[in-house]
Parts: sequence; C-alpha cells; structure tokens
Amino acid sequence: MHSIPGRRVIMALFLIFLLLPIYWLVNMSFKTNAEIVSTMTLWPHTPTLQHYRRIFTDESWYSGYINSLEYVVLNTIISISVALPAAYAFSRYRFLGDKHLFFWLLSNRMAPAAVYALPFFNLYSAIGLFDTPWAVALAHCIFNVPLAVWILEGFVSGVPREIDETAFLDGYSFPRFFIKILVPLIASGIGVAAFFCFMFSWVELLLARTLTSVQAKPIAAIMTRTVSAAGMDWGLLAAAGVLTIIPGALVIWFVRNYIASGFALGRV
Amino acid sequence: MDKTINQKAWFLVLPVFLVVAFSAVLPLMTVVNYSMQDTFGNNQFFWNGVGWFKELLDPSTDLGGRFLASLGRNLFFSLVILAIEVPLGIVIALSMPRQGWTVAACLVILALPLLIPWNVVGTIWQIFGRPDIGLMGYVLNHIGIDYNYVSNDIDAWVTVIVMDVWHWTSLVALLCYAGLKSIPEAYYQAAQIDGASRWAVFKAIQLPKMNRVLLIAVLLRFMDSFMIYTEPFVVTGGGPGNSTTFVSIELVKIALGQFDLGKAAALSLVYNLIILIVCWIFYTVMTNAGTERKHQEGAV
Repeated sequence: MHSIPGRRVIMALFLIFLLLPIYWLVNMSFKTNAEIVSTMTLWPHTPTLQHYRRIFTDESWYSGYINSLEYVVLNTIISISVALPAAYAFSRYRFLGDKHLFFWLLSNRMAPAAVYALPFFNLYSAIGLFDTPWAVALAHCIFNVPLAVWILEGFVSGVPREIDETAFLDGYSFPRFFIKILVPLIASGIGVAAFFCFMFSWVELLLARTLTSVQAKPIAAIMTRTVSAAGMDWGLLAAAGVLTIIPGALVIWFVRNYIASGFALGRV
Repeated sequence: MDKTINQKAWFLVLPVFLVVAFSAVLPLMTVVNYSMQDTFGNNQFFWNGVGWFKELLDPSTDLGGRFLASLGRNLFFSLVILAIEVPLGIVIALSMPRQGWTVAACLVILALPLLIPWNVVGTIWQIFGRPDIGLMGYVLNHIGIDYNYVSNDIDAWVTVIVMDVWHWTSLVALLCYAGLKSIPEAYYQAAQIDGASRWAVFKAIQLPKMNRVLLIAVLLRFMDSFMIYTEPFVVTGGGPGNSTTFVSIELVKIALGQFDLGKAAALSLVYNLIILIVCWIFYTVMTNAGTERKHQEGAV
C-alpha cells in the first residue's frame, strides 16, 4: 500500500492527540482530590487507589457495571439472532417489499434516540419492563438490529450461492444448513456484527438512563452522582470513567485483526 | 447473479420486522398521537390539531424560534465536523504503517475513542478543558490564550468540535483504511511503470476505491452528528446561554424537562422527517453507485 510523505509524523501526532485526554483521565484517577484541586501535576505525586477501592467495595457503584454489561450482552444476543435469518433472506431472495423494508430498517438506525426516549418510557412502563435490563436491551434493538442486518447481509453475500445449492442437494434441511454450514462460514462476520452491537449498546446513554431508575441503572448514569453539595468528586469521576474504557479496550484487543475489514462492514 | 423471487423469505425477515416494529412503530404512534394534543398536566389532554406544527415552522413564536435556531446550529456543526473529519480521516488512513506490529497498535489506539461511552467522552473533555484542573485549559491559559468553555461561546464551540474530531475521526480513518487495503499491489506497480505522480495515484487509484466506504462514512458521520446529544450536554449543557444547544438537546429539554409532550412530539416528527429524507437521498445514491459498479465490472 502506498503512503504519503511524513506519514510517521502525522500518525504519531494524531495518536498523541487521541491518547493525551485519556492519559489525563487515568492520571487524575490516581490522584487524591486535594492534589487535583490544589496543584497542576503531570503525574500523580502521591498515587492513591482510594477511588478504585471505593468503586469496588460500594455495591451501588459496582452494580452499575454489572447492569450495563447485562443489557449490552442481552442486546447483542437478540440483535444477532434475529438479524441472521433476515440477512440471509435479503442477500438471497427477492420478495414483496424487500427494498422498502430494507430502507425502513436502515432509517431506524438513523432515528434520533431523543425522539424515542419518552415514548419508550411510556411503553416499557405499561408492559412492566421498566427498570429491567430487558427494557434497555430491547430499546437498543432499534439501532442495533438494522446495523446487524446490514453488516451480515454483506458477509452472507460473500458466500457463493453454489454452497447453498450443494447443501440442499445433499439433503440438508434449511435449519440444519443454516446452523451447520452458513453460520461457520460467516463466523468472522458474526464477530464483526457482535462487536458493533456491543459497541453501540455500550456507548449509548440517553435511552439507558431514561429506561432505568434503581435496579438496572447503568454505570454511566451512576457517574452523575459524583456531583454533590460538597462540590465535584473529580478523582472518583475519573476512576469510574477509566473503568468504563476497559471493557471496550478488551473487546478491541480481541478483534484487532478484524478491525480493518470489520469497519468496512463486509462490503469494500 | 440475479436473486430468485421467493415470497417465503418473509418468514425469515419476520423476527426482525416484529422486533423493530415493536420498538419503532409503537412508540412513533404515541408520538403522532401526542403531537396533536396539548396537556396541562394531570394527564388531561386537549385536541390541538396541527397547531404545534404551525408554531414549529414559524420563527416568530417561542417554539419555532428555538427549533429553527437549534436546527441551524446543528447543520452548521455537522458541516464543520464533516469538513474536518473526512479529509483528516483520509490523511490518517494514508499514513497507516504498512506492516509489522505497529499496524495492530495503531488500529487498537484508533478504535479506542469509539468504544468509550458517550457521556465519558464528555467527561474526559470536560476535565481536559477546564482551566483549573485540565491539561488543555491550563496550558492554553498559561500561554496567554484566554480560554474558558463555560463562559465563552466560541471556546465552547471549539471544545465541542475538537471533541467530536477526537471521538469520530477514527471511524472515517478505519473505513478508508479498509478501502485502501482492498487495492491490489499490481495497481501500484502499473502506476509506477507509467511514472504516475503521488497525487495521480491518489486521484486515479486510491480515491475511486475509497468511494463507497467514504459514502458510508459521510452518511454515518452526518447522521450521528445531526443527532448528537450526550457529549455536548455533558461538556457545556447546551450553553453558554443557548449557543451549543443542538436539536436533540432542545428536544429533551422540552420533553423531559418541561414535560411539554405536544410540542416535543411535533418537534420529534419534523426532526425524524428531516433525517428520513437525508437518509433516503444517501440510500438512493449508494444503491445507484452499487449497480453502476456492477455494470462496469460486468463490462470488463
């Protein structure tokens, strides 16, 4: 691949630009509040783990992480399992209203969460799902299902149709073909789709916060508690922020070899 | 190869249809219902017909003025970040190392901001930009630039834009990188034999190959910046004054802050309609580009 002159400098500068604010957050999470407010230090002079200890010992804090992970995982499973057959249908068949349906699905990916916040609140309160991980997981389907269909459709289209036909000639039933042959063939595509579902569900806050109050409150909403009458608890806020970055970083590390092709959504 | 016509495929699409209909159509119907009514609390509703819509599109009323002002701000914001992020993303993609462990390292760091929860992105920049405890605010103020995003409109705008560039340029870069990776080495060798300049290689080989992913990038960035809520809300809260109040922030203020359901619902519908139209234009352009490409490949 051909690159441009000075590429190392450009890349280095951009990576520093990306990492500096994150470093500052990590740096602050290890400082005492006294140090944060009183002096400007580039690294913690009196390093402390007090903020992390507080988060890991206080249930109202660490339960937030569990709640968040719970609805993210639920959402990823729902999205992928309903999107797979649909992706196959869109890739292989033409049927009444297929193009309109596909566009309608995509348009939901683009619908602003703010529009749906209040109706969702009414809907999920009415059916008794309010303040459960299910409410958030289902609500996040509105943007993750279309995205998963879109990504998986690209990957299914990459599988030659002869494979389907041979399998059916060999006497495979449709469900068996689907699970035994198709799913393993597009495993990396499923991984990519799962990655994106995880990502968008993990980073979304507006719906997650609106649909929960006590039991299923996500960590991102709990973080707002650091504002109190005594002022901001900056160290605690920073530590909580650092801990929300870690799951994402882990996921990226696992998919690092697929990131490039994954972001092209299987359709370059 | 052409797709076969099979109406039974609907059974495969049915689960998706049900899930999305449940979480999109039902709530949207509530919104349509609210948009025609007015409420004074106590769950009492009064018929208001298209009154809210008339007000919404009339800048002389309070509601219309707020809506159109926030819409203008939001469009300006989207255009600015597209103008920065798309070229920058291409440059970053072209600057990627060719091989070795640095490729993986760069990819991981690039993807990192994309997986940080949006309110934490806001928190990071809220802290980073503060003149008293944030590195950026502190340094800027100490080299003589009077910077304070809480009280100065322009500083608030700069902060929100830099934050978005920090957050999302990676997405454009990763998409472009994926497009570039799909170019066979033979193309470059041919260009070298022809003695093509660096710029010619970019224009004739790299840019056309990135066309499709760039379209996806522009679509995603435009849509997401048009619906932006959490990050500027955490950093500036829409202020100072109303200077960084975008459409979503205005909408949430009206819906969940004032509980003015009728107004909020009417605003939601118009907002959704704008997005739907833009989405449709992009979709048409994209499918046309797709079939054109197929024709070209068929011709070769």
